[in-house]
Amino acid sequence: MKLRRSMLFVPGDAAGMVSTSFVFKPDTIMFDLEDAVSPREKDSARLLVYQALRHPAYRDIETAVRINELNTEYGPKDLEMAVRGGADIVRLPKTETAADIELLDRHITRIERECGRPIGQTRVMAAIESASGVVNAVSITRASPRMIAVALAGFDYLVDMQSERSGGSEPELFYARAAVLHAARAAGIDAYDVAYGDVNDMDGFLREVMIAKNLGFNGKSLIHPRQIKPLHKAYAPSREELAFARRVIEAAEKAKHEGLGVTSLDGKMVDRPVIAHAELVIRRAEAA
Amino acid sequence: MTELVQELATQVPDLRKLEAFAGAAAHTPYLADPQAKLRRKLCVSLEDAIRRSGLRDGMTISFHHAFREGDKVINQAVGKMAEMGFKDLTLATSSLLNCHDSLVEHLKSGVITQIYTSGLRGKLGEAISRGVLRRPVQIHSHGGRVNLLQSGELKIHVAFLGVSCCDEFGNASGSQGKLICGALGYAKVDAQYARSVVLLTAELVPFPNYPASISQDQVDLIVTLDEVGDPTLISKGAARTTRNPRELLIASLAADVVEHSGYFRDGFSMQTGSGASSIAATRFLGEKMAEKGITASFALGGITGGIADLHAKDLIKTLIDVQSFDSDAAESLRLGKAHIEISANEYANPTSKGAYVDRIDVVILAALEIDLDFNVNVITGSDGVLRGASGGHCDVAAAANLAIVVAPLVRGRLPTVVSKVTTVITPGESIGVLVTDQGIAVNPKRPELAKRLLDAGLPAVGVEELHRRAIALTGEPEPLRFLDRIVGVIRYRDGTVIDVVRQVDERA
Repeated sequence: MKLRRSMLFVPGDAAGMVSTSFVFKPDTIMFDLEDAVSPREKDSARLLVYQALRHPAYRDIETAVRINELNTEYGPKDLEMAVRGGADIVRLPKTETAADIELLDRHITRIERECGRPIGQTRVMAAIESASGVVNAVSITRASPRMIAVALAGFDYLVDMQSERSGGSEPELFYARAAVLHAARAAGIDAYDVAYGDVNDMDGFLREVMIAKNLGFNGKSLIHPRQIKPLHKAYAPSREELAFARRVIEAAEKAKHEGLGVTSLDGKMVDRPVIAHAELVIRRAEAA
Repeated sequence: MTELVQELATQVPDLRKLEAFAGAAAHTPYLADPQAKLRRKLCVSLEDAIRRSGLRDGMTISFHHAFREGDKVINQAVGKMAEMGFKDLTLATSSLLNCHDSLVEHLKSGVITQIYTSGLRGKLGEAISRGVLRRPVQIHSHGGRVNLLQSGELKIHVAFLGVSCCDEFGNASGSQGKLICGALGYAKVDAQYARSVVLLTAELVPFPNYPASISQDQVDLIVTLDEVGDPTLISKGAARTTRNPRELLIASLAADVVEHSGYFRDGFSMQTGSGASSIAATRFLGEKMAEKGITASFALGGITGGIADLHAKDLIKTLIDVQSFDSDAAESLRLGKAHIEISANEYANPTSKGAYVDRIDVVILAALEIDLDFNVNVITGSDGVLRGASGGHCDVAAAANLAIVVAPLVRGRLPTVVSKVTTVITPGESIGVLVTDQGIAVNPKRPELAKRLLDAGLPAVGVEELHRRAIALTGEPEPLRFLDRIVGVIRYRDGTVIDVVRQVDERA
């Protein structure tokens, strides 16, 4: 299973970054054609991102493209480029209902067929940025077999909610985080927490990372390469956690070998969820 | 008395040239005048100082660059010489920076007709690359400059040395006073070799000024100037701290290379250049040193605030400073706790009786270009124009046990790793490892090093592979176009010619 802790936003019109941002090794690179790109640069950004997607240097890293909304003049062109360019994931902004995803799915299927990509290879991530999106999260996350993740976009959501950002532990985001995360988990897909805007405030960033991690988010959207390493470090298990996880797996394998359904370790029951968590800990440790 | 000397000459003819005593102050007339005795060196103005220095057309004047981009001396002094009608001067500076753009007019007007320097940037570099000087500029390293002075090729007639403070006898410092620039390592050499030494001081302080970097017995004249240099601009330009993630990535990788190079052990010695990644590598290295309980015996060179910080944390025992790259380094020198100021001769001259570079384990240096033979260019830009500095690059690379070059694989739309560098400053044989944001390449001459890095899991590949990756991103750039005319001579540290720079061809 693919680890998705860090999704680095790269402005699609920044040639220097588009061409070499793979060196920072985030889990996923998200080329942004939407908010980061001004209307006059939309066309050139689309071309730049297409070249990057085709480049061998991006073969070994998961790529995503944040397209403009499909009801804009740019969105459909962005989508054509992303699918034909070979992007692993298309991120749809401002997803409000399952119908938005279903429409996107149909377009992708058509483009895949036209350009000869295996049908279903292009995956989809929905960005939820409004109250409607949050309340419809359950149907959105199940709207297409292409759906692999959902991402909460805090800024637009809070504007829509008429909330004020409090800083700190941000109770104003709690419901949205919990709702989106539940929908994602119920649908069996990944969930990304909001981006943290102040790249120079590492302490604030790490506080938010811990909130997201403890709630259960797979990771965060990142707006700067400097945020990658601290995020990966925060998600890396401690030596003790890792040692325990290894012992859990050992115990589970031994139990399996002996034909037992459940076993115990240090007096505590080792069952399916404990094993699943131990596997996640080991995967995160291997990636860190 | 005269009779005595005449008698002596008749008896011993070869002593006939001896002079007869003519009074205690015959050769020191200032001793007869209580005012002149103490204040004879003080000049009322820069013009007065230039006049009294004995400067004539065709002579060589020298300056140092401790104030880097904040330097106010060179423009003022050369401007004044132009005003006074001097012609055909040779300008010998330890380096020239962007702030010296205004010299171009004095090149055009013939006030300056020849230049010796370690660096050239901005409009000055462009003008020289376009052929404004009749004679080619001589680019030397910091150590090589001293060698040229000792060999006699470079003869300084008058040195104009900006200092932070001095007393009325000329005991001068760059690390005491109100506006400090730090170490005066290059000025110390000029003070020793120039026929006449003029100090341009920001402030006159009571005698005796101690500790002094330049001593009274080397100083002829002193003038107080309103502006000698702006310390806030010292770290502008080359010597800067970075938040650029790519430079930080390279720096962190460079620190990993040091850690696994085999030289990272208690008591090792180090130097970092003035590039952003070199400076940033210091911090990462400091973290590793603290973690592993390793301290460095000394750090050399252009000292940065980052190095001074490791010194303050007792991770580096002694700082050996020829030039302070920022105000934190200058402040550390002012405090003087195991922070020693040295001359460029002690620093890096290959013919010095003892150069500190000979004792360096690991140095981290920058590059504008590096080629498949590991030759490094730090002087000409991607357009072939002079816009960099030789500095101490080839000096320390030649002498250190391990020279690490750090550079992004691609700058803008151009590769940094090229098949052949535009200009060679440091020969590839001196370079051990290249560290880029897209991987590491070890010089094939160092197989033991390659093995250590690979064993540590570092992404070491052949330099050809890095070149291939760069070209895959940028395409093969079109070759630069030059005219045949040579506008610059690159002098290796021993004075030999290692390369030349030709006039750029601007015919499209």
